[in-house]
Amino acid sequence: MIEFNNETLANGVGVIRPVGRLNMVSAPHLGANIDALISDGTVRLVVDLAGTDFIDSSGLGALITGLKKTRQAGGDLRLANPTAQITAVLEMTNLNKVLQPVSSVDGAY
Amino acid sequence: MTSRQLAIRLIVLATAILGLNYIIWRWMVSISWDAWWIAVPLVLAETYSLLDSLLFGVTMWRYRERETPPPPPPGLTVDVFVTTYNEPLDLVMGTARAARSIEYPHRTWILDDGNRAELRAIAEAEGIGWITRSEDWANRPRHAKAGNLNNALLATDGEFMLILDADQIPDPRILDHTLGYFNNRRMALVQTPQVFVNVPPHDPLGSQAPLFYGPIQQGKDGWNAAFFCGSNAIIRREALMQLGVMRYVSETELALNKALRTADKVVAKARRQLGPGQERLAAALSTVAADLRQVRRELSEGRAIADVTYRFQARVDTVARNLVAEDFVALHAELNSIEGLSRTIDVDGSLAIVDEVALDRLSQRDWSPLGAVETVRVLIDSVNAEKAGEAQAVMPLATISVTEDMATCMRLHSLGWESAYHHEKLADGLAPEDLDSMLTQRLRWAQGTMQVMFRENPVLQKGLSLAQRLMYLATMWSYLAGFAAVAYIAAPVIYLILGILPVQSLSNEFFLRLIPFLVVNQILFLVVGRGVTTWRGQQYSLALFPTWIKSVTSAFGNVFLGRDLDFRVTPKTLQARKRLPWHLVRPQLVAMAVLVLAAVVGVVRLLLGQGDLLGSSVNFVWIAFDLLIFSVVIQAVRYPGYDAWLDSTQKKEGNP
Repeated sequence: MIEFNNETLANGVGVIRPVGRLNMVSAPHLGANIDALISDGTVRLVVDLAGTDFIDSSGLGALITGLKKTRQAGGDLRLANPTAQITAVLEMTNLNKVLQPVSSVDGAY
Repeated sequence: MTSRQLAIRLIVLATAILGLNYIIWRWMVSISWDAWWIAVPLVLAETYSLLDSLLFGVTMWRYRERETPPPPPPGLTVDVFVTTYNEPLDLVMGTARAARSIEYPHRTWILDDGNRAELRAIAEAEGIGWITRSEDWANRPRHAKAGNLNNALLATDGEFMLILDADQIPDPRILDHTLGYFNNRRMALVQTPQVFVNVPPHDPLGSQAPLFYGPIQQGKDGWNAAFFCGSNAIIRREALMQLGVMRYVSETELALNKALRTADKVVAKARRQLGPGQERLAAALSTVAADLRQVRRELSEGRAIADVTYRFQARVDTVARNLVAEDFVALHAELNSIEGLSRTIDVDGSLAIVDEVALDRLSQRDWSPLGAVETVRVLIDSVNAEKAGEAQAVMPLATISVTEDMATCMRLHSLGWESAYHHEKLADGLAPEDLDSMLTQRLRWAQGTMQVMFRENPVLQKGLSLAQRLMYLATMWSYLAGFAAVAYIAAPVIYLILGILPVQSLSNEFFLRLIPFLVVNQILFLVVGRGVTTWRGQQYSLALFPTWIKSVTSAFGNVFLGRDLDFRVTPKTLQARKRLPWHLVRPQLVAMAVLVLAAVVGVVRLLLGQGDLLGSSVNFVWIAFDLLIFSVVIQAVRYPGYDAWLDSTQKKEGNP
């Protein structure tokens, strides 16, 4: 299963840390976490993927939905610390053309 | 290769050789150019029919009957979707209950596009899930059934989904018999037949499609091009989601490039229109133009679209804000210069705060003085990687057509996924029972197919094999039959009434080339169909010519001219009627009347010694064939619906 260890940084950036597998079962949980942060007014988000072992297309779909929602709220969503599997999936689907991960949460904004 | 496959291939080859032998001669030698206005349409129609036949031959070349798949492993997660829009509740619930009784463990959901509280209450009371559109869909394009399914995809999480129309009652074994195909990791989709139980054996409305849900699907399957037909199909979620993500990326790229081109034009135009004394504005526009160049540079360096658009927006925001701030400072200086006024405003330093808020407000898009900058930003905003105009950024099921199935399937194939056709009836369907509903349904299918042909022509799609392109083309091609039908009606009429022959002469050569082709072509249907009745289908493929023509023209108008399709959902229940709906087939009735009239004129001309006996005879046979084809609409109009038909047959047989 998946767990989320979230925190809000001093500069107001929200960090979401999905720990486990981000697949069709857990993707809706990621969506719910993003929605909760946005409704709290935290619209600049980083998804820290260091603890995410695996991602599938549903997980990517949830990231895109998150990007759409944060942008609509005037913020942004960025990715950090992808594992090799995640980088491979991003490249396979060309999603890296839209969302390019950075190597650390601090460097995201 | 089995002997049956070998026989089919030999007949296909014979059809192709004989057909080409005929059509090449027709083009090279036989056309009567004096009467080109009918001779050319006729030979075009014949060429159309020959290509149709050749495409059918290609389909049959790799005809395959799949072996029974292994039983599925336990523990797969499956969602069963029953899609509904406005069907009666008992019809929906009947299907939903049958879906709940499917043996392989699964969850059952009603996808209620009608958002009916009553249906929700009944469904949930029986332990069936109920899903309707989320708030995101308010005031956004709904995309019909594709939208309904896309919405449900984000609300559920099974590895596989079975899609059922509200009028397709599933067999409890449907999942056990099909999930085994997915042991193949590349298998994205399994389609099972759509067979209808409320149809009499003589099938007056041509509801059953035994040739399609049989040899044609099995032939397409041989080329890894078995079609998805909207219902009674099982799909792998991962394949659909991958499709959705990749479409999102390519559409975002496309939209951004388009927006950048438009943005250049907008800025250039705004700069040309600047008058003297607008140096500040000119400077701002230069900054924006430079920013646009930087966007391009960053994209060409391979920077991510989301980053690039985000930074661009931030820079344009700054430009707009600075302009407003300067205006504001000037305004302030003026206010302060008015004696006595400054003291009342500038009391406790709160003006600074007010300023910030006002500044934000004024630099927002609707209040900003910088029209051009704003337009550019709105443009880039619109592709902002966020797809603000759509309810969901990711739309796995294709929304480019009123029939989402074909386009979705083609995209899956072009990504390298596989599909299978499972030839076993695993659902009892209900077909429309009256002519109006049937015509509406056929028009919708044809329009959907034509939309795909115009928007994503299989010939131009990357990633498809040549054979897959031909398989999609074959189905689209068959919907163009309406134009050929007009030529087939007109030619004998023109000959018998005006005495104008569209071929140079009805020589022996003509018959020697044509008749063997026609015979072999029919043999192909006989062998392939193995006794299934294909005659009804052949009749309707010509008799519905007004529907097919309308589908092409309306889809063309929709895709290229932005017109409405005039789309109606197929009614699933018998439409009440007071008198027979002859008006629905008026073009066919007119055609039949003209054909009969032409035959009468032909006889009179023969009696007066004006006509040629051989030519007239050939055209009499032709007219008889046309009338036989079109006669199907008469029984279609008179068909009272399945229950009434059952009652009347029982009375005839003397049963109580």
